[in-house]
Amino acid sequence: MNIGVVVFPGSNCDHDCAYVFQDVLGQSVRMIWHKDTLPGGLDAVVLPGGFSYGDYLRTGAIARFSPVMGAVKAFADNGGLVIGICNGFQILLEAGLLPGVMVRNTSLNFICRDVYVKVENAATRFTNRCESGQVLKIPIAHADGNYYTDPVTLAGIKANAQVIFRYCTPDGKVTPEANPNGSLDNIAGMMNADGNVLGMMPHPERSAETLLGNEDGRLIFLSMLSAFGKTEQQSRLVRV
Amino acid sequence: MKSLVITQAILEQHKLSEDEYKKILEILGREPNWTELGMFSAMWSEHCSYKSSRIHLKKLPTTGPRVVQGPGENAGAVDIGDGLCAVFKMESHNHPSFIEPYQGAATGVGGILRDIFTMGARPIALLNSLRFGSLDNANTRHLLKGVVSGIAGYGNCMGVPTVGGEIVFNDIYALNPLVNVFCLGIARKEKIFLGKAAGVGNPVIYFGSKTGRDGIHGATMASDSFDEEAAQKRPTVQVGDPFTEKLLLEACLELMAGDCLVGIQDMGAAGLTSSACEMASREGTGVELELADVPRREPGMTPYEIMLSESQERMLMVAKAGHEDEVIKICRKWDLDVAVIGRVTDTGKVVLKENGHIVAEIPAKALADDGPRYDRPSSPPAYQEMLQALNYDALPDVKDANAALLELLGSPTIASKRWVYEQYDHMVRTNTMVRPGSDAAVLRVKGTDKALALSVDCNGRYCLLNPYEGAKIAIAECARNLACSGAEPIGVTDCLNFGNPQRPEVMWQFVLAIEGLKDACEALRVPIVSGNVSLYNETNDLSIYPTPMIGMVGLIEQADRTATQWFKQAGDVIILLGRTREDLGGTEYLKVVHHREQGSPPLLNLEDEQAVQACTIRLIREGLVQSAHDCSDGGLAVALAECCISGADGRIGAVVELARDGLRRDALLFGESQSRIVLSVKQEEADKVLDVARRAGVPAARIGIVGGGRLVIRVDGDRSAPGSSIDLDLLTVHERWAMAIPRALALD
Repeated sequence: MNIGVVVFPGSNCDHDCAYVFQDVLGQSVRMIWHKDTLPGGLDAVVLPGGFSYGDYLRTGAIARFSPVMGAVKAFADNGGLVIGICNGFQILLEAGLLPGVMVRNTSLNFICRDVYVKVENAATRFTNRCESGQVLKIPIAHADGNYYTDPVTLAGIKANAQVIFRYCTPDGKVTPEANPNGSLDNIAGMMNADGNVLGMMPHPERSAETLLGNEDGRLIFLSMLSAFGKTEQQSRLVRV
Repeated sequence: MKSLVITQAILEQHKLSEDEYKKILEILGREPNWTELGMFSAMWSEHCSYKSSRIHLKKLPTTGPRVVQGPGENAGAVDIGDGLCAVFKMESHNHPSFIEPYQGAATGVGGILRDIFTMGARPIALLNSLRFGSLDNANTRHLLKGVVSGIAGYGNCMGVPTVGGEIVFNDIYALNPLVNVFCLGIARKEKIFLGKAAGVGNPVIYFGSKTGRDGIHGATMASDSFDEEAAQKRPTVQVGDPFTEKLLLEACLELMAGDCLVGIQDMGAAGLTSSACEMASREGTGVELELADVPRREPGMTPYEIMLSESQERMLMVAKAGHEDEVIKICRKWDLDVAVIGRVTDTGKVVLKENGHIVAEIPAKALADDGPRYDRPSSPPAYQEMLQALNYDALPDVKDANAALLELLGSPTIASKRWVYEQYDHMVRTNTMVRPGSDAAVLRVKGTDKALALSVDCNGRYCLLNPYEGAKIAIAECARNLACSGAEPIGVTDCLNFGNPQRPEVMWQFVLAIEGLKDACEALRVPIVSGNVSLYNETNDLSIYPTPMIGMVGLIEQADRTATQWFKQAGDVIILLGRTREDLGGTEYLKVVHHREQGSPPLLNLEDEQAVQACTIRLIREGLVQSAHDCSDGGLAVALAECCISGADGRIGAVVELARDGLRRDALLFGESQSRIVLSVKQEEADKVLDVARRAGVPAARIGIVGGGRLVIRVDGDRSAPGSSIDLDLLTVHERWAMAIPRALALD
């Protein structure tokens, strides 16, 4: 699988995403500078986490104007697979590739810890290796992960099964206590109507290796591989 | 050059003594001008010149087979094999953080990060050691919140995980908090860059942020004591921009990957002055700079302001002649200001011009290396004997051990720091194997089978009561934290926070602490490769406790052979390594329960310490250990409680039986005897573990079993006096420990 990881100024999970695809899953990865355009032949594009443009003005608000974003939009319009993680999700919202906005966490603090998310829709190109209703433990690390949209849009994305992950308790109950940031309807991740653009606040790349104590996040990357009929290759760093 | 009359008042303002001024006259052979005076003032400040500490620092052991770069550069470097080096350093930002906690702490993080990536290393971990007053105090809460968000704001944005640290709360730090930041990076051994201005004719290139009028005389401010007027010094605190620093980091590493760089140094304390003169001095060259070419934030800045500005996120590099365009192209790619501002010369002088006219001319070495050196008088304080005298007979033994344990777990120094570390991104870069909340942080090193363990530590109260023993213990405990992760210590960085060196009792503390560090490092065979001294930590004539903070790096050869501190499984056997003595002096128990900070700190035998650590490392490497936790603040009872409640995936109880053997009950439960580690091992491995310990000459005893929903510690079975045993349900224990800090902060 050919993956493009976009590097905005201030991206800081770009290396982590590249590491997962390349070193852990044995896929081919190209880093794409935000002032460039997308090269041909990509199967999927990753908008990684970080603080693009220092989060100045508003998260993702400046990155959406980066030259590469025109190409990312065209890529998505043509059905290309796009995954935005954390800041990448925020950029997708600002760029209008996903509906809604992110506001400050209710605690007003940055929060970094493991959370549990429930897979609400396992029939997607990002979750086909999960069971419907499966609970995944994946870390979050953000100050602005409090998703918000208007009631009509919310009803629409729910009806359309576009809500992919919701914050939940370890045993899968979607409760206010399990919501770390005040996100509307406990939304942790969502997809566009065509099912080829996913945004999620939790960081699956941080929970994709046994050595880091958790492999739940790996399912999302494996699902993307499956969507292309691929399986993980023997990685360069094999650990027993 | 314009001359001026240097008055006593001007010298005082620049914190230069009359003797120091005489020396300046000698060096220059004339009166300095205003710019030159400012440059001397900054470079000869305590902060930059180490004038009170240097003769003592020489005693520290700084060499070893792994040392690639010792003290004197931007950071130290230690060989970890596979062609890689661990590059690390710790630095203080105490004074700025007291004046403006958010920016003070943020720019502290920014400064230490630059020290690391300047060496060619990509920073992969930050830790911090913080000291505050009591949380009952509204200003302390303001400082804690500000410092934590400052560290988070900068580190998170940089994408460097803050993986650990420690915080102690004590009234002595109320008006002089300590903010010490540690950073570690990884570099290829053959690609380590130094701050040297080599190659006459090579261009001197400035890049990063523009120079503004902020932080002027920060170094001098940081070398001063504080009083009520401290708030007025706010303009000397710099303002951080982590986004620009992130660009600077990536630009630097990209420049370093090429072949254009000769030497590089960040502009930290004393800004352009220090980077220019230190780079020239190290190489025995000179530099000539045209100040009109320095990128500036506003017009009309004087040479004095340009040279002394401590605007953040700036770098000075010497490139290979002819490679200017390559450098400029990379900097522009990252949207950074960049300008060729001068050349390397053979004059040995820093020559500054403004539009072609010379505005300053000083021998580089005079600024960087020939500053004053003081052998300041030292003598023990009059109160030292009183501090150490602790009459055990007058001290009633513990009457309600349950209550005492809960009180200790609820004291902010011991309580869970989750409120703090959840605000730090501690996982970015996907190396963090052991997150904050265990004895040491553990990070895998990508591309190898190895991992590094990191720990920072210091017990300032021990150091107050006995500076020599306290410093020894700081080293030993830091190494013990690493040992509990299965890591062998390979290098130390220190951050020596002390009071006013012009007070003989402070110098006495300093000199003894250095001796303690030296002896402990030699015994544990671990070199000090970098460090920082922060003096004048004194407000309203009250000095802080001597606090020689230690940051230590340990190597784990097989990343999957490591351990964490919490119990894993019901049925596991709990084993205590080490010997418990009657060590109540200077303990957290004595402070929290008896409100005394008195006595002699626990005895530390370095040979015993070495044996316990080596034994623990061996057991972990052989895969015989389920958990390992060091006994420190609050003693064995607190250590056992932490083993039960600090696990990320839930709590698990324990039933422990202790024999008094003539010890006081409080000493047995809460005493802080050194060289002790609590292990849990699988039942079937217990005999083997005890046998390994016995053969290594390490005292080891089976003290209990993991399991259940309670923490039970019985003393002498049930024969002991009522109230001397501990029996608590874990929910209560956990609640006290977990909620202490959030509850204290909710007062606002």
